[in-house]
Amino acid sequence: MTNPSFKEDNATSGVHPLKFSLWLIIISIIMMFAAFTSAYIVRREEGNWLEFDLPNVLLINTLVILLSSVTMQWAYNSARKNNIATLKTMLLLTVGLGVAFLVGQWNAWGDLVQHNVYFGGSESNPSGSFLYVLTGVHGFHLITGLIFVLMTVSSALKYKVHSKNMLRIYLCTLYWHFLGGLWLYLYIFLRINH
Amino acid sequence: MSSTDISINQDVHHPHEEHDHHHDQNFFEKYIFSQDHKVIGKQFLITGIAWAFIGGFLSILFRLQLGWPEATFTFLEPILGGWIVNGKLNPEFYLALVTMHGTIMVFFVLTAGLSGTFANFLIPLQIGARDMASGFMNMLSYWIFFLSSIVLFVSLFLESGPAAGGWTVYPPLSALPQAIEGSKGGMTMWLISMALFIVSQLLGGVNYITTVINLRTKGMSMTKLPLTVWAFFLTAILGLLAFPVLFSAALLLIFDRSFGTSFYLSDIFIGGAALSNTGGSPILFQHLFWFLGHPEVYIVIMPAFGIVSEVITTNARKPIFGYRAMIGSLIGISVLSFVVWAHHMFVSGMNPFLGSVFMFLTLIIAVPSAVKVFNWIATLWRGNIRFTAAMMFAIGFVSLFISGGLTGIILGNSALDIYLHDTYFVVAHFHLVMGAAAFFGMFAGVYHWFPKMFGRLMDEKLGYVHFWLTFVSVYLVFMPMHYLGIAGFPRRYYAWTGFETFNFFTDMNTFISIAAILGFTAQFIFLFNFIYSIFRGRRSTANPWHSNTLEWTTPVLPGHGNWPGPLPTVYRWPYDYSKPGAAEDYIPQTVPFSQTQSSNLPQERDLE
Repeated sequence: MTNPSFKEDNATSGVHPLKFSLWLIIISIIMMFAAFTSAYIVRREEGNWLEFDLPNVLLINTLVILLSSVTMQWAYNSARKNNIATLKTMLLLTVGLGVAFLVGQWNAWGDLVQHNVYFGGSESNPSGSFLYVLTGVHGFHLITGLIFVLMTVSSALKYKVHSKNMLRIYLCTLYWHFLGGLWLYLYIFLRINH
Repeated sequence: MSSTDISINQDVHHPHEEHDHHHDQNFFEKYIFSQDHKVIGKQFLITGIAWAFIGGFLSILFRLQLGWPEATFTFLEPILGGWIVNGKLNPEFYLALVTMHGTIMVFFVLTAGLSGTFANFLIPLQIGARDMASGFMNMLSYWIFFLSSIVLFVSLFLESGPAAGGWTVYPPLSALPQAIEGSKGGMTMWLISMALFIVSQLLGGVNYITTVINLRTKGMSMTKLPLTVWAFFLTAILGLLAFPVLFSAALLLIFDRSFGTSFYLSDIFIGGAALSNTGGSPILFQHLFWFLGHPEVYIVIMPAFGIVSEVITTNARKPIFGYRAMIGSLIGISVLSFVVWAHHMFVSGMNPFLGSVFMFLTLIIAVPSAVKVFNWIATLWRGNIRFTAAMMFAIGFVSLFISGGLTGIILGNSALDIYLHDTYFVVAHFHLVMGAAAFFGMFAGVYHWFPKMFGRLMDEKLGYVHFWLTFVSVYLVFMPMHYLGIAGFPRRYYAWTGFETFNFFTDMNTFISIAAILGFTAQFIFLFNFIYSIFRGRRSTANPWHSNTLEWTTPVLPGHGNWPGPLPTVYRWPYDYSKPGAAEDYIPQTVPFSQTQSSNLPQERDLE
């Protein structure tokens, strides 16, 4: 996996190729959710649309994921200041909050089922199914984000994350903030279109 | 298919074992799970060629049915088995053939086989990089594509047959297993295969874009890039923006099929019984599909634009006419490709005013396309043309692109499209402008860069025979189809002899089928030439075409890392052919202006 091209310092733009790649991956995820949310709007305009209240737990989840962005940024700043103890704590807190968010989303699904809003089956309506798809696909990406954070935790435990080795935690922080921001967008979108 | 890769790549690299980078790699790392962009490019090429023969063979099968509707095909029983019933092709299998032909050609050959091959092979070589930004992601891209290939290939052998709802897989036909045999397991496998394919394309595309932006060598500014790299770069951007949307559409279709949701389904009766699905909209799928689907046709054709520009300018021994206009028109086409998708849906009951907007936007695409055609012809104009096999295919491309493009202007008119929609006129249009044209671009690329890939030249005489047979048969197949289409002859019909309006077209259909068989047979000449030349072809020099771009400054067979010494430095644009006052009729990009004082233009004197 050693790539000679990085050593020769011929990078024409100042950005590290992996950072750039991550931005491109983020763009492709944005396109996917742009497709879902525009399909949501188009479909809603056509009528035959079940109106229901969003589960209240979603608001708590939103706060949890915003908080996890704060701890993630805290971890990043600690790494830059070589404050390894805080770095580990904050990364583990981020993992905890991420898991809490996922549990909260699961509870939101349970809440929906209790109010007879189903994903599939004869009683389902696209308005409910869309909510499951948006939260589900976002949840899937959040799991990939959690795996990334756990990988960063494991390298932090081996003292491989510090001010001279910031690439991994930079990428991790960027991706995590993106996932938080994506959820914030989805939440506001659902609030407005409900 | 992997075994083919092994044997061929083995031969390529063995003579060059002495490259010191190789020593720590074992057989698998070098030839199978290779992270070298050149090997990955060749893997894409060989898989693409294999798919092209499968896709072509399927089209011959349904052309047999169309050309000889009364004949019996018992001789096909050994291949097709149960799909031949009493000597007749099963009608549902006919639909599956059409679907799989489209899917294989559009995605597996002309997207993965064309972009995958040439973007992988040429981007690092032409921008002066050691490899792609991430060799690992690049390897993953090929192997996920390979996995997706296997899934699609296996679906051909299902008892209920492969997907049969057309390559556009419109629901509700594709969403309901009880609608048609092909919407059972075949459709599920189609969707799995396509989801994997999209992941593979995204991994590849991220790599192409990152590499072009980040790893250009010293002096290689964006305005000194060869047009091939510009084309691959913009193609990758289109893929990055369009494929996730197809993924979303496919995901919702998977949910509709397997999890009982109703995104695309509403108020459907099958066999007199109502389905429980309510609230879905099949038009929604069309919007999502064509938001990818239209950029997809440019993903297919733009790499061919790049390859043809490069081949024409090299073999006309003239600088490309309007280099910046070429880049501008590529960008223009890329932007416009995202705002015209609804021209595939003029008959879906859309608001006529909206139709006019999409018609207007569609017709604007004729402008950048015409700029490109004008520039190619202007480059050829009074050039010192060398008719290599690659050049023949490049010129053939321009011809096909014009013939097919003109009918695009007709089909882009919403009023005319209502009459011509789903007739053979449409089939003729897109086969000429994106099918055959992209194939010609691919052939031009293979003939042109074969020496860099395998260190040997392909046989030119066989190349000419291949070119003329292919070129003639493409026109013989698709020109009559325009006539059929204007007569209203519908596409995707298995049996047409029962209609009084169409049953006198027997001779024309037979003629088209014979031409198609001729064209398909001619491809075996190419296959023979390709395989034979890998092992026995005439040995090539490092720069056989006297070309300017960086890949020709590498050794005959570039090893791992591409340049044995330091990376080359770029001083000039890639098209200094036949410059007045120069000693030779080409000046490679690596030659500084200080060495070419006799040919420098006034504004270049400052750079000496």
